[in-house]
Formats: sequence, structure tokens, C-alpha cells
Amino acid sequence: MSFWSRHQIFEKNSIVLIAGILVVIAIGGLVEITPLFYLKSTIEKVDGIRPYTPLELAGRNVYVREGCYLCHSQMVRPLRDEVERYGHYSLAAESMYDHPFQWGSKRTGPDLARVGGKYSDEWHVTHLNNPRAIVPQSVMPGYAFLSQTEVNEASVAGHLRTNRAVGVPYTDDQVANAIADLKAQADPDNAGVDAFTKRYPKAVARNFDGKAGAPTEMDALVAYLQMLGTLVDFKLYNEKANLR
Amino acid sequence: MNPSSTAKSMTLGEAGLVTVFSLTAFLCLLAVAMAQDTAFAFHAALSSAASLWAVIAIGNRYFARPSLPPQEINGRPNYNMGPIKFSAVMSVIWGIAGFAVGLLIASQLAWPSLNFDLPWTSFGRLRPLHTSAVIFAFGGNVLIASSLYVVQKTCRVRLAGDLAPWFVVIGYNYFILVAGTGYLLGVTQSKEYAEPEWYADLWLTIVWVVYLLVFLGTIIKRKEPHIFVANWFYLAFIVTIAVLHLGNNPAVPVSVFGSKSYVAWAGVQDAMFQWWYGHNAVGFFLTAGFLAIMYYFIPKRAERPIYSYRLSIIHFWSLIFLYIWAGPHHLHYTALPDWAQTLGMTFSIMLWMPSWGGMINGLMTLSGAWDKLRTDPVLRMLVVSVAFYGMSTFEGPMMSIKVVNSLSHYTDWTIGHVHSGALGWVGFVSFGALYCLIPWLWDRKGLYSLKLVNWHFWTATIGIVLYISAMWVSGILQGLMWRAYTSLGFLEYSFIETVEAMHPFYIIRAAGGGLFLIGSLIMAYNLWMTVRVGEAEVQSPVALQPAE
Repeated sequence: MSFWSRHQIFEKNSIVLIAGILVVIAIGGLVEITPLFYLKSTIEKVDGIRPYTPLELAGRNVYVREGCYLCHSQMVRPLRDEVERYGHYSLAAESMYDHPFQWGSKRTGPDLARVGGKYSDEWHVTHLNNPRAIVPQSVMPGYAFLSQTEVNEASVAGHLRTNRAVGVPYTDDQVANAIADLKAQADPDNAGVDAFTKRYPKAVARNFDGKAGAPTEMDALVAYLQMLGTLVDFKLYNEKANLR
Repeated sequence: MNPSSTAKSMTLGEAGLVTVFSLTAFLCLLAVAMAQDTAFAFHAALSSAASLWAVIAIGNRYFARPSLPPQEINGRPNYNMGPIKFSAVMSVIWGIAGFAVGLLIASQLAWPSLNFDLPWTSFGRLRPLHTSAVIFAFGGNVLIASSLYVVQKTCRVRLAGDLAPWFVVIGYNYFILVAGTGYLLGVTQSKEYAEPEWYADLWLTIVWVVYLLVFLGTIIKRKEPHIFVANWFYLAFIVTIAVLHLGNNPAVPVSVFGSKSYVAWAGVQDAMFQWWYGHNAVGFFLTAGFLAIMYYFIPKRAERPIYSYRLSIIHFWSLIFLYIWAGPHHLHYTALPDWAQTLGMTFSIMLWMPSWGGMINGLMTLSGAWDKLRTDPVLRMLVVSVAFYGMSTFEGPMMSIKVVNSLSHYTDWTIGHVHSGALGWVGFVSFGALYCLIPWLWDRKGLYSLKLVNWHFWTATIGIVLYISAMWVSGILQGLMWRAYTSLGFLEYSFIETVEAMHPFYIIRAAGGGLFLIGSLIMAYNLWMTVRVGEAEVQSPVALQPAE
């Protein structure tokens, strides 16, 4: 029996053919994906990574909803020009609480992994309202409508709980105070600011969109953009300890 | 089943589906009342209406039909072409819609005022609409239509199932409708090419399982001893897409009455899952599935057997084994561990071999019939598609080499590469298949006009050339500008200078896309006239013989 006639078992039996296909396609996926869940070196050990505040999470959801990832990456590669242009290369740890990840695949606009703190809140609001008011050559769409929509307060705790269900370590305290924290972060005069910063160390409470009233989607998105890439202090980061 | 019996009774499928859809019509109405956001309420209302329509349609069909259609008439298989006609027509409609949205978003990048600063018309929401419309709506319908046609003809039996094939084609197009309207309303889980939210994903899972069962059921009851090569590729496409869909999409909804969910995977693992899915959507949806089309339609149109049966065996197994590994080349130099990147690169380069093996098998099928390229523009379209396949599958492995990728990644070069595959390979092989299928399905002697096919061919070819060369230039230019240094050691260009430099190429790209769209409109007219005024022919159901 030649090699070629042995192949007839697949050609004459659909179930054997399906089983063959399943085995052949399973190998590559299993080898490449499963180790990422148990190799400890996959995610670096760093200080400072925390789950998103309720306002930042709401902003992140706006970022996802508007498809920002289609033009902006959040992944600085360890190449000389990128590190000089954007900052320290991205760590796996920095997106460990990201459901889903937002690394992106195209830079029609610049990388945003370290955009936090680079521009003022006012710059972001003006730019989002009309990008060409600040950068005349920009091809980005305007997002003025974000200022008109308030963040849905009722569902905030649900968002935190769902994140906890998929592995983000939100505490009971954080879930219980989700609405209070949402309001406190967008209003520096709010009585709950101290409790908020205790729950989310180093998070800042500001009136991001510069307007009074309940937090808008503009507040949320700017709060998210302003924290991107700021959690890890790279003066203290030990690169050698995380060689992989 | 006994076709001669006079007593008519509802089949199990009819009764079952009527019950299920009555129930979903009611449950979806309930979901409208409980909805947490307007997009979910809209989709629930739409689903309620669609379920109600399904109940009425199944009922009407039951009362109108004499008995179940026979499996054979006069000793020949009674092929089931209705669902295939539906799917073929939908593919033309979705194709034109998808190309048109592509032209719009290409123009938005050249002239940003076309975003109109409205949520529903901004680039970020329209881009998934474009990719899903062309890949899943246009390409998916071509695959479903052609697979259900080919499997019947090569097995010489009627399609398995009575309502099931209709469930597949209508259910799949309903999934597209929900996904597409969802994008416009901001419903997305932001995983590229897997943007639909959890409820659309669940629905697709059901439809896909039925698709597999219909396809497999037809193979199982075949009259031919061998399963034809094209069916191996279709089967690999259907099975693998199911695996990828389930692996990439597990998510927990915030509320079962709301559209938002959070995917189970996070960060680096999510990235790996996403591009394992994403690259194999290319490998199994846009490659294996369309290779099946190549393996049936090119031999059929050229009236030659496949060049080498043994090569098809090697081609099949090596292609599906190697493709699955290639995902990490989308994540070069990222926070994905190096070992995974290296594996991805190595296997991507190896993938060049089976890809070109397949190309050779397709092209060499024409040996002895090359002269037909002069006279038959449909065959020319099919053959050029295979040439484009060869070109993109050379470019892909090259771009997966890390040093090349450090330049090409994040730039328009990727967009150009994708489109040489999508427009040149997938587009042309689909057009070729549709030009064959429509006359066969409607029993026409031939197409309304071969001259118009020629016009379509050249308009679209010039469009593709404009598109991909513009993207090569802009992509490489942008990559070089990003890494350019002055003699004093400073970065030479600010980011926005690179954006500005792209402008002329974005205009050329839009022009190329416009020509491609015009070509597809010529095709739609030609196909429409073929059905309307074409000369009728009684087809003899002869199956393609396995070459051995």
C-alpha cells in the first residue's frame, strides 16, 4: 500500500477527515497560547499597576466604542525611534487588566500608550471637539458629541463586577463605591475625593472637561487618556529582573 | 420520507422551528422592555420582528407546498438551489455595499470633513462595517453559496436538510445585519474582524453549527466514493472558523439585557488569542474557503482536471497545519514574549511553500488550455486571482520577518498587503465564481455579456494596481519617516509631518477603490441581465470526477 493510497482513509470517510483537521489545527494554537497562561515570565513583575477607576473604565469603553484602536496603537516597540518619540517601550504588565487589549495594529495617528500627562486636559477637550483647531493637518474625526452625553451612572458597579468576573481584582469596597468614585474623580471639590484616592492610589480627581455637572463621556475619555502609561515609574523599574 | 404519500404533515423541523421562533419572538419582545441601552433594544426589536417573520414564512411554506421535494427526479439528484440563489444574490448586494463603505472611509482619510463629526459616520465605526461587509457578508455569502453548490454537485445528492439550508443562509445574513447595524450604533468588542458583541456571536455559533451539519450531512450521504478536494478545503474552513470563533470570543455581558460585554482574556493573552483568530480568519476564511472555489471552478471552467492530485493532498495538510502558527507575526516587537514571536515568524516563512504549491496546482490546471485566457474573461479573472494569491502569499512571509516588520508594521503597507489579497485574490476568485454560478443556478446558456466581464476585469485590475502601489509607497515612506534621524541625532520628522505626507497617496487609493466599485457595479448589471434576459438551458447534472 503506497503512501498516497493510505490517504484514502481521509478521502472516503468524512468523520476521519474532520478528526484529522481538528488534530492538525489544534497543535499550533496549543503550543503558542497555553504557555502564556502558566509561564511566569509572560507578565513582568512591576509596581504601580492598578485596575481602572470607574471614570477611566467608562472612558476606556468610549475609546473602544468609537473604534480609536483602529488608528491609534497602544504599544511602544523597543526600537530607538519609538522609545524617543513615545517613551519607554510597553510592558505586558501594563495591559494585564485590559479586557480587551487595545494594542492596535495601525498608526494613522500616533501611539497613545504613554499619552497620559503629555498634554493638558484643555488641549484634549479642544482637540477632541475639533482636531484641526489644534493640529491643522490632522485627519481625525471630531468627537464634540462626547460632551453632550453623561456617563451612565446606574451601570457603573455592574461594569466593575463584570470585570471582576473575568479576573480584574476589584475589591468589594471599590464595587460598592463605584458611583461615588465616578462622581468624585470628575469633581475635585467633591467630599468623596479623599476616599476615592485611597481606593485608587495616585489617581487624580479633576474636572476633566472643564464644565460643571455630572461626569460626561468627555470627562471619562480624557481621564482615561491622561492615565495611559503613567502607572509604572520607570525610574524604579528593574529591566534586568524581567529579561525573558 | 415517502414522496408519493398524499397525507401532508408538518415535519419535525418545521414544527420545531415554528415553536422556537415563536418563543424567541416573545422573549425578544420582553428583552426590548428590559433593555439597558438603545442599541440592545433596537436589536431585540429587530430579532422579535425577524422571528415573527420566520414563523409566518415557515407557515406559508407549509401550506403552499404539496409534499417534501423528492431526493431524485428521473434517477438524477434533485439539487436544492433555492438557498444558494439567495446567498449568491446577497453576496453581490453586500459586496457593492462593502466596497462603497470602503471608498467612503478611504476618502475620509484624505478629506476628514467627510466624517461629518457624527457618531454614526465616523471612521472608527465605519471601518469595522467595511471589513465585515466585504469579508463576512460578501466573502461569506460567496463561500456559503459556492460550498452548498459544490458539495451537492460533487457528491451527486440533494443538500441535507429541508429547512436547514434556508436557516443557514437567512440566519447568516441576519447575523450580518445585526453586526453591521451594531457597529453604526457603537456596539463593538473592538477585536478586529471579531467586533460583534456577545449576542451576535451566540447567534452566529448556532448558524455555523447548522451550516456544518448541512455540509457534513450532504457529504455523508454522497453517491461518490471519494470526497472531492474542494470539499476538504470547505470542511477545514467551516470547522476551523468554528474553533477560532469559540476561542476568541468568550465574554461576560454586563447585563443579559445590554449590549456591552467584557472578553474573558486580558492583555497579552488576549492579544495572542486575537491574532491567532485574526490571522486564521485570513488563513481559513479568506484562503482555505476560496482555495476550495479555486479547486472546483478553475478545472470546471477550463474543462481540465486538476494539475496534480498528490499536490492537492500535500497542499491541503501542510497549509492547514502551518497557518495556525502564523498569528504572532501581527505582534512582532510587542510585549508578547519573544519565543512566541519567533515561532510565528518561522512558521509564517514556511507557509510560503504550501501557498505556492497551491498556486502552482491552480495555475498548472490550465496546461493545454492557456489559449482560453484570450477568449474567456471569466477564466482570466479566476487565473489572475490565483496570481494575486501567489503575490500576496510571497509578500506576507516577507513582512513577517522581524526586521521587515519593524518597518512595515503600523503603516499602510499592511493595508496594501491585505488589499492585494482581498481585492486581487478573494475579490477576483469570487467574481469568477459568481460569473460561473449565476448562469448555472438560473439555467442560462451563458452570461449576458462577456464584453462586460472584460470591462469589469480591466476596471478592477487598474483599481487594484492603483490601490496597492499607493499603499506600498505611503507605507514604506511613513515607516522610513518615522525612523529618520538628522545628522545631529534628532528625530527628523514630527508625527504629523508623516500624516501630511500620506495625503496624495490616500487620494490615489480612493481612486483605485472607486474603480473597483465601478467594476462590481458592471458585474451586478451583467448578472442581473443574465437572469432576466439570458437564454435558458436545461442543465444536465454531471458531477466533476475526482482526478486519479
